[in-house]
Amino acid sequence: MQPFELVRAPSPSDAAQLTKDEHTRLIAGGTNLLDLMKLQVETPSRLADISRLDCAEITDTPDGGLRIGALVTNTATAVHPRVRQDYPVLARAILAGATQQLRNKATTGGNLCQRTRCFYFTKIDQPCNKRDPGSGCSAIEGVAKLHAVLGTSDQCIATYPGDMAVAMSALDAEVHIMKEDGTERSVPVRDFHLLPGDTPWRENELGRGEMITAVTLPPPVGGAHYYRKVRERSSYAFALVSVAAVIEIEGGVFTRADLAFGGLAHKPWFDPAIGAVLLGKAADDALFDEAADVLLQSARGFGENDFKIPLARRTLRAVLTQAVEDAA
Amino acid sequence: MSTTRTENDGKARLDDMKQGVLGEPLPRIDGLAKVTGTARYAAEYPIDNCAEGVLVTSTITHGTVTRLDTQAALTMPGVIAVIDDSRLITRAVQGTAGEAPQQAPVTVCYWGQPIALVVAESFEQARDAAKRIHVEYDASPNPSLSPDDVTPEEQEDDTVSQGDLEQAMKDAAHSVDVRIATKGHASAAMEPHAAIADWDGEELTVHASLQMLNYNISELADALDIPEDKIRLIARFVGGGFGSKLGISPDVVAASLASIKLKRPVRVVLSRQQVFQCIMRRSETTQRLRLAATSEGKLIGFGHEALVSNLPGEEFCEPVLQSSHFMYRGENRELMLNLARIHRMTAGSVRAPGEAVGMPALEAAMDMLAEKSGVDPVQLRLMNIPDKDPENDLPFSSHKLAECLRQGADAFGWDAGPRKARQRREGEWWIGTGMASGARIHNTMESRTRVTLSADGTARVETDMTDIGTGTYTILAQMVAEMLGMDPAAVRVDIGDTRHPRGPGSGGSWGASSIGSAAFLACRAIREDLAARAGVAEEALDLRDGKVGGGRTLVDVLGGESLSHEGHYKPAKAQEEYTAAGFGAFFAQVRVNHFTGETRVDRMLGAFGFGRVLNRRTARSQFLGGLTWSIGTALTEALEFDPRDGHLVNCDLAEYHVPVHRDVPDLDVVLVEERDAIASPIEAKGIGELGMCGGAAAIGNAIYNACGARVLQFPITPDSVLASLPRDSCKLLREAGAMRGLA
Amino acid sequence: MFKGTIIAKEAAKGFEEIQDMAGTIGINGTAHSLPADPRTSLLDFLRHDLGLTGTKKGCDHGQCGACTVIVNGMRINSCLTLAAMHEGDRVTTIEGIGGPDAPSDLQHAFMAHDALQCGYCTPGQICSAQAMLAEIAEGWPSDATADLTSEATFSDEEIRERMSGNLCRCGAYANIVAAIRDVARGRADATV
Repeated sequence: MQPFELVRAPSPSDAAQLTKDEHTRLIAGGTNLLDLMKLQVETPSRLADISRLDCAEITDTPDGGLRIGALVTNTATAVHPRVRQDYPVLARAILAGATQQLRNKATTGGNLCQRTRCFYFTKIDQPCNKRDPGSGCSAIEGVAKLHAVLGTSDQCIATYPGDMAVAMSALDAEVHIMKEDGTERSVPVRDFHLLPGDTPWRENELGRGEMITAVTLPPPVGGAHYYRKVRERSSYAFALVSVAAVIEIEGGVFTRADLAFGGLAHKPWFDPAIGAVLLGKAADDALFDEAADVLLQSARGFGENDFKIPLARRTLRAVLTQAVEDAA
Repeated sequence: MSTTRTENDGKARLDDMKQGVLGEPLPRIDGLAKVTGTARYAAEYPIDNCAEGVLVTSTITHGTVTRLDTQAALTMPGVIAVIDDSRLITRAVQGTAGEAPQQAPVTVCYWGQPIALVVAESFEQARDAAKRIHVEYDASPNPSLSPDDVTPEEQEDDTVSQGDLEQAMKDAAHSVDVRIATKGHASAAMEPHAAIADWDGEELTVHASLQMLNYNISELADALDIPEDKIRLIARFVGGGFGSKLGISPDVVAASLASIKLKRPVRVVLSRQQVFQCIMRRSETTQRLRLAATSEGKLIGFGHEALVSNLPGEEFCEPVLQSSHFMYRGENRELMLNLARIHRMTAGSVRAPGEAVGMPALEAAMDMLAEKSGVDPVQLRLMNIPDKDPENDLPFSSHKLAECLRQGADAFGWDAGPRKARQRREGEWWIGTGMASGARIHNTMESRTRVTLSADGTARVETDMTDIGTGTYTILAQMVAEMLGMDPAAVRVDIGDTRHPRGPGSGGSWGASSIGSAAFLACRAIREDLAARAGVAEEALDLRDGKVGGGRTLVDVLGGESLSHEGHYKPAKAQEEYTAAGFGAFFAQVRVNHFTGETRVDRMLGAFGFGRVLNRRTARSQFLGGLTWSIGTALTEALEFDPRDGHLVNCDLAEYHVPVHRDVPDLDVVLVEERDAIASPIEAKGIGELGMCGGAAAIGNAIYNACGARVLQFPITPDSVLASLPRDSCKLLREAGAMRGLA
Repeated sequence: MFKGTIIAKEAAKGFEEIQDMAGTIGINGTAHSLPADPRTSLLDFLRHDLGLTGTKKGCDHGQCGACTVIVNGMRINSCLTLAAMHEGDRVTTIEGIGGPDAPSDLQHAFMAHDALQCGYCTPGQICSAQAMLAEIAEGWPSDATADLTSEATFSDEEIRERMSGNLCRCGAYANIVAAIRDVARGRADATV
């Protein structure tokens, strides 16, 4: 790690203000940031410790939803009785990610900002447009098994590696952001992460002078919740493909199908058209394929990751088949 | 009193001993130190004024370092020096080399090669400074990076051509001709390579994480160009090796050079990424198997060819065919091993070099032959066990494959009925079983150890042999306790220090049988002294519980004196007249997800014949380790190299997938009783590697039996299963009525 | 204007230095001063500054679990956290779980089941298991838990999932699970 000074931010707005300096990073759990600092992928000269700020609570919202503070650990979210009861897809997604040790430290805000696992991003001696704008993308013609098949650009094919945000995307959660002046704005999780386009270093909506303070979940939507993660180990591995689903089936037809996908893109992939294919229709294989066709209509593989396209289709089919069986 | 015992009469004596502790499941004697965190590993010795070193590694693949700009680094707080001595080694030493590898790191042969060392007061200062060294290179254009790009070198010692295999393939009632690929592996021992070197002006003391101090001391002396007697190497606890610590690594030489130059102790610990990128890889392989059989399944032809790779100049060549030479009958034989010279990191020993990847490929092919011939897979192996080595007609020293197959099948509950893929389904999961044979060649190495029976009736055993988790501490205590008739708790085991006699080193699974034999010989010499004092023949000497013949105590017989002998074991010439190997049989039940191609191992069993069991508990643990590695080889482990600069891409434990707890189910181990008097004086053979020599194929074959996907590569990842699934799988499913809920 | 407390700094950058920064961190019941260099990971602080080498460095990136310690009752990877951020925290390492004179039940069970080979991952496995048993007692679910809303049940599959952050390259997993299973049963019996 390069030398840095460690300061403690007394409030979210102070923390937000500190991030106006491009060499300052906020640190909470630190599980991703310190990892990258040791590799000198991140080289801040100042760390602002926000871990003791008053953003570590889970509270009910007036409309019956849930507000998860930015500093709530992944563990605290996953084990919270209301999350388990009303938003099991979120608990499942978190529990499918990382390890207990990491989840005990990792926070809601930090996890939303988790950076890609692209092999070339994490090696400072390799060209990477995300880390070193204009240097090129090594992954496109390199080892790209983990990489994206949706929403890629000729600048970057990295994936967002997290699980939590995929479930939040299915749940249509909102990210709350405090600005340096103490005012707040909110962004749907579905819009929080960005596609790489020509600016792969911009990964999300968070700007300088801002800090995430919370994520709110809407009132419980009911339905059956699924988080299906396909990975190369049975635990402790990043998703090849993951599917977060909130499904309701009444009288044999889909009445709700909120679907989000991980491992496929630079962001949790949500497209309302995928679920819309299913609504009002009776479940069958052909229908599942139709939904997968919408998901994958613009999919493009880069050789090693071509398999993600059929795998995404099959994983979606697995989840929908399971939902149909459970509803029977 | 001290004499050296060198003869090896091969006569079984251990079964006549009376203490009854050898073979017993004694808990490991170093267990308490390990569970309390008080066992010290190389980097953990509290040494005053110790500076910290971090290696700088190359960012080109092949070429020359033209300039090392250290200016920025040297002005950083805490930075003491940059060491770019031409004696630095560019790679780890191959096992048993006994001399330095390529030095002079200005010549770069692979991406990630060490080129210098930064030394600072603190680790963080050194790590940061190592990134600030500006290196200029003269890069060579277009280095060869893929084994397919070059004309390989035939390894003529491995070539066998007997009879006419092509004709046999034509004549065969059933034949298999298949190509199978395996990806490279990393040892990934949990303790990163580390050294603390301390030069006091006269002598160099190095605490290091090494497997074979007996060779390592020569390698370090050669690298530094100082005499061996000025060097003391210490490795009392080693956090795993699996081949990666057979020879000295760049940290050891770098720390030593820095200490000599700076006249203060220096610690160098490789980062996990450096361990991956500049120690050893197991070569990837592409193999071709040809099996020709009669209508009953009897082999008449056997072909095994393999292509592996290594850096230019490295002698090591993954010995893929090692056990294929004698595994099965077949009078028409073609075996050939080829080596491609490419600029990827050094290829070397990773647990069970050769058989770890050769046996799974062979056993996958055998499964295909079993299917074609309609012979039960266990029966097919049984009927093809040769009576003697099929290539050189040597007898086997002992051969327990048949017993392993039978006992293993019995313990597993193997169904010898007709086999067909895709017969059992639970929900989304196809369930199937598979089996494979296993073999690992047996070797022993020259070894010395000193055993002292003290006047107080306790004993001490001293050698530079290491315990890398295998159980050396414990089996040495048991051997001495058995031979001298005492509680193992009365035996002090002092190992991992080159001040003691040279052992065989931990590697090649020869450690226990070799050092155990040396200890046996030393104890026998002590017994002769005791017998003389007691006035009986050595053969008649009855030592038990510290008493001689149930009467006088050892203390009494010793009369205030101590007895000390060095046991010197040398492999007997007679061993060369036999083919010696450990054998095993693997059985697995897996489930494969119909939708996603994910595989889970439900249960796995291995049955092994490996000579005398020295400790049932630690022996079983070694096999559990081998089975776990079999799971990794089968399903998860694969090194990936960049196609443009050859660097190891997945160079950490997040992306190189060693199995985690959840990948490993309950495992069963059957220890098949065996005494192999040819193999070693103590009738033992190796354990550490045998447990993974074929096991991956049992899983691969079970995957085929479960879902019908015959994946011709290892590891068998979800994508490769999906790519190999029968195309009509959904239709079949519906016919089977398994897709409940689907129209 | 920013009014924060400087926990530690390598170079003054215009922030007022607070005099009472001499905060401490509690390790196995003893208070220690925080390190001067804020870069110091909790792991390096334990191993290097305090000489508590029972906690192991296997990867330094949160990928192996060898560095697992228990902070305020929660197990974490000590390599991925700055010691300076743990002012006032209580840290338990393997040395605090049990020394050679008085090993804990888990340490005994690891020996009895040969749940270790090279021993390098062992302290992390034990610290992790210690916290894991408490997590199950708290009713926390895991990826292996079938029903998120019912009581967490104790099973081998639950142990395996919950321990998957602790790699063991020697392959002692089967024995580690057996050791933990034994302790869980023993503790359950003891509370009946």
